[in-house]
Amino acid sequence: MSSATFRIWRGNAEAGAFEDYTTEVSEGMVVLDAVHQIQAEKANDLAVRWNCKAGKCGSCSAEVNGNPKLMCMTRLNTLPLDEPVTIEPMQTFPLIRDLVTDVSWNYEVKKRIKQFAPRKPDAPDGSWRVDQYDVERVQEFRKCIECFLCQDVCHVLRDHRLHDKFIGPRYLVYTAALEMQPLDTEDRIADLANDHGVGYCNITKCCTTVCPEDIAITDNAIIPLKERVVDQMYDPLTKMLRMFTG
Amino acid sequence: MTYESFEYDVLVIGAGGAGLRASIEASSAGVSVGLVCKSLLGKAHTVMAEGGMAAALGNVDDRDSWKVHFADTMRGGQYLNNWRMAELHAQEAPTRARELESWGAVFDRTKEGKILQRNFGGHKYPRLAHVGDRTGLEMIRTLQDHGIHQGIDVHMECTVIELLKDGDRVVGAFGYDREKGRFRVYTARAVVLASGGIGRAFKVTSNSWEYTGDGHALAYRAGAELMDMEFVQFHPTGMVWPPSVRGILVTEGVRGEGGVLRNSEGKRFMFEDIPELYKSSTADDEEEGWKYTQGDKESRRPPELLTRDHVARCIVRELREGRGSPHGGVFLDIAWIKERLPNGAEHIKKKLPSMYHQFKQLAGIDITQEPMEVGPTTHYVMGGIRVEADSQMSTVPGLFAAGECAAGLHGANRLGGNSLSDLLVFGQRAGQHAAAYAKEQTGASINSDQVEAAARLALEPFEREGSDAEGPYQVQFDLQDMMQAQVGIVRSQAEIQKALDAFGQLYERAGRVGVQGNREYNAGWHTALDLRNLLMVAEAVAKSAILRKESRGAHFREDFLEKDSEQAKLNTVTRLGAGGEMEVVQEPLAPIRDDLAQIIDDNK
Ligand SMILES: Cc1cc2nc3c(=O)[nH]c(=O)nc-3n(C[C@H](O)[C@H](O)[C@H](O)COP(=O)(O)OP(=O)(O)OC[C@H]3O[C@@H](n4cnc5c(N)ncnc54)[C@H](O)[C@@H]3O)c2cc1C
Ligand code: SF4
Ligand code: SF4
Ligand code: FES
Repeated sequence: MSSATFRIWRGNAEAGAFEDYTTEVSEGMVVLDAVHQIQAEKANDLAVRWNCKAGKCGSCSAEVNGNPKLMCMTRLNTLPLDEPVTIEPMQTFPLIRDLVTDVSWNYEVKKRIKQFAPRKPDAPDGSWRVDQYDVERVQEFRKCIECFLCQDVCHVLRDHRLHDKFIGPRYLVYTAALEMQPLDTEDRIADLANDHGVGYCNITKCCTTVCPEDIAITDNAIIPLKERVVDQMYDPLTKMLRMFTG
Repeated sequence: MTYESFEYDVLVIGAGGAGLRASIEASSAGVSVGLVCKSLLGKAHTVMAEGGMAAALGNVDDRDSWKVHFADTMRGGQYLNNWRMAELHAQEAPTRARELESWGAVFDRTKEGKILQRNFGGHKYPRLAHVGDRTGLEMIRTLQDHGIHQGIDVHMECTVIELLKDGDRVVGAFGYDREKGRFRVYTARAVVLASGGIGRAFKVTSNSWEYTGDGHALAYRAGAELMDMEFVQFHPTGMVWPPSVRGILVTEGVRGEGGVLRNSEGKRFMFEDIPELYKSSTADDEEEGWKYTQGDKESRRPPELLTRDHVARCIVRELREGRGSPHGGVFLDIAWIKERLPNGAEHIKKKLPSMYHQFKQLAGIDITQEPMEVGPTTHYVMGGIRVEADSQMSTVPGLFAAGECAAGLHGANRLGGNSLSDLLVFGQRAGQHAAAYAKEQTGASINSDQVEAAARLALEPFEREGSDAEGPYQVQFDLQDMMQAQVGIVRSQAEIQKALDAFGQLYERAGRVGVQGNREYNAGWHTALDLRNLLMVAEAVAKSAILRKESRGAHFREDFLEKDSEQAKLNTVTRLGAGGEMEVVQEPLAPIRDDLAQIIDDNK
């Protein structure tokens, strides 16, 4: 057994500081294990969220050595342990305490997106006939575990704090899943362009890089949505005229 | 002391599949609904379910029907099930599955474009509607995304620590918000418990911190009866290595897709011991088993797909007899199917994407190339709050229960996939009946003494400091170790007695637990408060287990290896005795209706 040092953010919205904890590490451990061990042995009141410990629930998001990660899926052997491992809460959301942030804004945003509205069933028993090929496209988006790491890393939210104008990559993925749901009949394109601010995304792809579910957020969700907005909202001719007349 | 107060017609405690479905139903019946959960919305256990949801849709094999599903569920439960619940469940699951689709769930499809169904242990026909190996995520997200537009008031990260009563009736709940530790009083005309299971009472478990048996303990303290608490399901395949992931689930779907179990000698040991009840429906050889997994209707299932209790015990036998894998498990091999399927590796990744990920990332193993190491893990509790089958009302008026925290449907052993369907069928029923009950009630009055007492008790850990106080974690660990060793997968009179003798001391230590810090999001405090519930459910499991002197389903006694025809007619009931002691007794099952008995016979 060897030991390693973890530099963990402790504090609430008013005040806080990093604190160093040294603990034993063993083969196969992930960051969340180390945090739990420290919690049980040295800091009983350390605040941290988790549920599944297997990358399925999206609760344990944090920034490990500055990178947005699921702590339960980040193995210690992928980190340099000869220096302290820094663990801090997501920066895009208000801090509650220690590693726990207030992510309620995300839940509010979701409510503003028009809900699923299916077409009439295809069969008398109320069921539909859909091709596997068509479901696979949306299944990619429905893998999302709502870890909000993509929201955390997106500069529109993180640096420009445009939370009231832009719904963020998670909810663009959500909108894409609804728009491409083979049974859905609702139209969310005008909302996307206006209230939901799809235009703020400048395709830096940082969100895609951090997604633990490997969802191709920008290529498969955001870009097709932007294209739909352009197709539906802006008649190309008027748009061109506008460009020339300034 | 000060409290925040809320008032609803129906209060639902728990936001997994059962709680969400109940809330949706109650609110569409036109009553006001409050929904409380310990974690964030969408993070309940239901999100982790992998394999699928059982419903006799008959999309893959049209010989399937609710009758066959009913008979399979009863056989799997070794006939201790509440037969009326098993009947309702089998009849209503298909409607509930289709309803989920109408709310936006995107299931995998058959060639004709219908909902695809897969094989699972104990189910005669391919019956599990699924989405790869993340069916629970699909279910909870669908219910969540539908539910948020229903006008339900959601209280996330809020823990209920006591139910409040007005005379015999439950009229509300008392809890705290995790963020600030402020107390809350909920007044309600009906309360639905949908709080899930008790897996944290054991050391090796697939369950999260939430599974401390809160609902069971809340109901018990409010005077409701619990039933069949000895039946705890140990899933045969949890991860065993590395140590930090021990217990994390490896879905039965791996075996459903053709995965096989081998011991250190490379032998498929499951062929060696096939129970009498299942002889006629199990494959004769490896070839037949393989064909079954690939959808051949003439073939019978491989022995790896026998019920979970049996597979788990066969694994324990291999381990005890020294034929285990290097890290104390056995081998589960899905990579071998590459011999049979040209694009095997791709097929595995497509059918079992999150298993592929899980092993790759957590154990550094590529399951398309190497076998996994697996062993039993505490997974599910069949026992729970005793309910009336049609309405899901407990033995206390105004208190309903649905999902894993309720007892009855699964008897002595649950079939895989029967939980997700259980959540929807009985969540819907609980919501409907709680709403109807609430409409009939006139106002309820909250007794402030009950509230004050609960608040004082909750704050005690802060007052204990100094050398006498102990942290909550060590007490929890010791309880888990004890339950694992003495009331685990193989039980005996002497071992269970040892555990029972140790409870006094554990209660005493729990009563001395002290916590550091303040009330803001304090994990130590939360753990200290959960301890009381965890101890209560653990004691109920041990006391029920010592009473059942036979081996049946998930309850295995090495001192009583056989099933007993007298015990076959008895449920185990746990209740709070008049003097505050825990009373555990056996009570006769209700005799089964003739037409249902006939269905069982026809399907033997
Ligand atoms: C890894 C894994 C895989 C599984 N795979 C399958 C499968 O393929 N098929 C299948 O059918 N079943 C499966 N199961 C079982 C199934 O997922 C669970 O039994 C089921 O999801 C339980 O649902 P529930 O609604 O009863 O409770 P949960 O989903 O566990 O929800 C419980 C809720 O109660 C809340 N709660 C608890 N206590 C309190 C309290 N004191 N105050 C306030 N709120 C409280 C929690 O916060 C949570 O919201 C699996 C289980 C696991 C662990
Ligand atoms: S691609 Fe768009 S949504 Fe994603 S991080 Fe960049 S700006 Fe944000
Ligand atoms: S899209 Fe990916 S990163 Fe964003 S919330 Fe979902 S799973 Fe997390
Ligand atoms: S604990 Fe569930 S994703 Fe990490």
